[in-house]
Amino acid sequence: MSKTLYDKLWDNHVVHVEPDGTALLYIDRHLVHEVTSPQAFEGLKLAGRKPWRVSSIVSTPDHNTPTDHWDEGIKDPISRQQVETLDANIREVGALAYFPFKDQRMGILHVVGPENGATLPGMTVVCGDSHTSTHGAFACLAHGIGTSEVEHVLATQCLLQKKSKTMLVAVEGRLGKGVTGKDVALAIIGTIGTAGGTGYAIEFGGSAIRGLSMEGRMTLCNMAIEGGARMGFVAVDDKTIEYLRGRPFSPKGEVWDNAVAYWRTLQSDTGAQFDRVVTLKAEDIRPQVTWGTSPEMVVAIDANVPDPAKQSDPVKREGMERALQYMGLNPNTPMNQISIDKVFIGSCTNSRIEDLREAASVLKGRHIAPSVKLALAVPGSGLVKRQAEAEGLDKVFLAAGFEWREPGCSMCLAMNADRLEPGERCASTSNRNFEGRQGPGGRTHLLSPAMAAAAAIAGRFAMSCVTSSQH
Amino acid sequence: MDKFTRLEGLVAPLDRNNVDTDAIIPKQFLKSIKRSGFGPNAFDEWRYMDIGEPGQDATHRPKNPNFVLNQSRYQGSEVLLTRANFGCGSSREHAPWALLDFGFKAIVAESFADIFFNNCYKNGIVPIVLPATEIEALFKQVEATPGYKLVVDLQAQAVIRPDGYGIQFQIDAFRKECLINGWDDIGLTLRHAEKIREFEEKRRINQPWLFS
Ligand code: SF4
Repeated sequence: MSKTLYDKLWDNHVVHVEPDGTALLYIDRHLVHEVTSPQAFEGLKLAGRKPWRVSSIVSTPDHNTPTDHWDEGIKDPISRQQVETLDANIREVGALAYFPFKDQRMGILHVVGPENGATLPGMTVVCGDSHTSTHGAFACLAHGIGTSEVEHVLATQCLLQKKSKTMLVAVEGRLGKGVTGKDVALAIIGTIGTAGGTGYAIEFGGSAIRGLSMEGRMTLCNMAIEGGARMGFVAVDDKTIEYLRGRPFSPKGEVWDNAVAYWRTLQSDTGAQFDRVVTLKAEDIRPQVTWGTSPEMVVAIDANVPDPAKQSDPVKREGMERALQYMGLNPNTPMNQISIDKVFIGSCTNSRIEDLREAASVLKGRHIAPSVKLALAVPGSGLVKRQAEAEGLDKVFLAAGFEWREPGCSMCLAMNADRLEPGERCASTSNRNFEGRQGPGGRTHLLSPAMAAAAAIAGRFAMSCVTSSQH
Repeated sequence: MDKFTRLEGLVAPLDRNNVDTDAIIPKQFLKSIKRSGFGPNAFDEWRYMDIGEPGQDATHRPKNPNFVLNQSRYQGSEVLLTRANFGCGSSREHAPWALLDFGFKAIVAESFADIFFNNCYKNGIVPIVLPATEIEALFKQVEATPGYKLVVDLQAQAVIRPDGYGIQFQIDAFRKECLINGWDDIGLTLRHAEKIREFEEKRRINQPWLFS
C-alpha cells in the first residue's frame, strides 16, 4: 500500500500500541533549553529516575540570554538562575552536546540542531518548544512538547502519541521576486487559518517548496505550528543531503552512504492518500505582512488593513475589532502607509545565514529612516554570526544603522532585555504577533527579512526597495 | 496527579477565539523553575492594569474591572467556557499550571490547540470539545444565570447543564483511564521498559547514524 511520508516516519518509531491506538513512539533527538526543562529534571530526580539515553540530548540556553554586553554576564537574577539551573542539570546528567552561554556554538536550538548535523532525516525530534516543527524541513517527525513530556522523554526515551491526520499543502509554480519562505508560510496560514492544521501533520510539497533552500524550508516548517499543526515536514531531496554533508554530527564514510540510501526513501509514495489537500499557486503569493494579533491576520504588502464591517461572523468581527484597537490601526489603511518604531531581524524563523544575506542585500548602501528608534540584527547562533562576519554582512548592518548582536531568541519573545515599549510598532521577522509577545503593549507585524530591511529604510512598510535590490 | 471523576463547578465565560498561551501566562513568569504559584498571574495582561513582574505580590495590584474573570459572580469558578483554538501558541506547560493554580479543573471549548490539549491531561485538567452550537447555547445560559454551574461526568463522558440537559463528549479511552485513576504516565510507560530496550537495540544495528 502507498504510504505518506508521515506513515513511514511513524511506523519507523512505534514501540508499542495500546488498544485505543495510543502508541509509544521512540524519540531519537531531545533538544533541551532552560525555560521548559527545570521542572522536568526536578521531577525526574524526585522520582529517583535516571535519564534513559543522554546521548540523545542536545542542549543550549537561548530564551533568556542577553544579546549584548556578554562580558557582564546575565544581569537579571531570575534569568541567570534559569540558565545556571540548566548548566547544573546537564553537568549532572550529561548530553551529546551542550553549548553553554557564550560558547561559540551557542544559539537558538532550532538553528543549532540542523547546523551541527544533530537533526538528521527520519528522526523523531522533540523539544519543550513549539517551534520544534522547524526540524521537519529534514523529513523529521519533529514537534514541541510540554514539560511533563520532557520529563517523560528523559525517563523513557518515548512519548505517548495518537496518530495525526495528514494534510498535504502543495505550492506549485515559481515564486516571484522578493517572495521568500516566510511569505509562503504566512500565505498558507492566511489560507488555512491558525487552527486550520489542528490535529494534522502537514507535508509541504510541490515545485515551489522543492525550489526553496533548506533555510527557506526551515522557515516554512517553523511556522507550521502557527497554522495549528504540531508538525510540518518536507521530503528528502538532494538539497537535504547536500546540506548535511560534513556537518559535525552527520555520519561519515560507509555509515553516511547507508544513511543516505535510507534517507532517499523518505518521501510520500505516489498515490498516497492524505486526509486533506490544500493547493496554492506560487505566482499568487505576494510579500506578506500581518496587521493583527494572530498570524492568520495577514495581507499582501500592497493591500489595505481589512475592514471588520465586512466580516459576517460576529465572533470573528469582534476579534478583528479588538485586534485593530490593540494594534492602533484603522480599517482600510494601506499597509504601506503604516510607520514603524523598531525593527527586529532574528528568531528561529529567520536568523539563518540566508536570512541575513537577504536583509543585507536590501540594506547595502542605504540607511534606516531617522524615525526608526532601534533596528536589531540578531544572528541565530554563534556559527551564523561568524559566517556572516566572514562575509562582511555585519558591516552592512552596522553601516545601515542596525545594531549587530550576539545570538539568542532576543526580541522574539522579550524574555531578555530586548523588548518593545507599550504602543511601539515593530517590523519583526519572528513568528508570533500575539498581544504583548514582544513586550507588554507592543505591536508586532510579521514579515520576511528582506521586507523588514525595506521597512527599516522607509520607516514604514514598503515593497519597492525589496524588488529593486534583488539581483 | 489528582484523580478526576466528577466535578460540579461554577462556570466562567471567556468569549474569544484563539486565546494563546502568551495571554494565559505571559513570558516573564516562565522564568520560575517551579511548577506552582502561577495562578495569580494567569491572564496577567488582561487581569491587571499594570505590568506584572515575577516574584511580586499580586494582591494589591490594580485589577481591570472589565475583564470577565475579575467580576465577582465568577469568583471561585472551576470550569472555563471559551471558543475555538484555545491554548494556541507556545508549548509552555506553565499555561495549564496557571489555569489549575487559578482553580480551573475543566475547560469547555469549541476546539483546542494540540500541544496545550496534551498538556492539560498531564496535569489532570479535562479539556472538553463541544460543537459550536452547544458552546453558543452555554454562553447564553452562563451570561443570563448568575451562579451557573456545570457538571462534568468523566465516567459518562457528559457535560450536564443545570436544566438536566446532557451533552456527550469524546475522549480517548487511554486518557480517560489515566485521568480517572490519576496515573503517572512515566510509570505506565516504564512497564514497557524491556520492549523499549529491544527496540533501541535493533535500531542501533539498523540505523547506527542515529546513535553517534
Ligand atoms: S526564537 Fe522565538 S519562537 Fe524561536 S525558540 Fe526562541 S522564543 Fe521561541
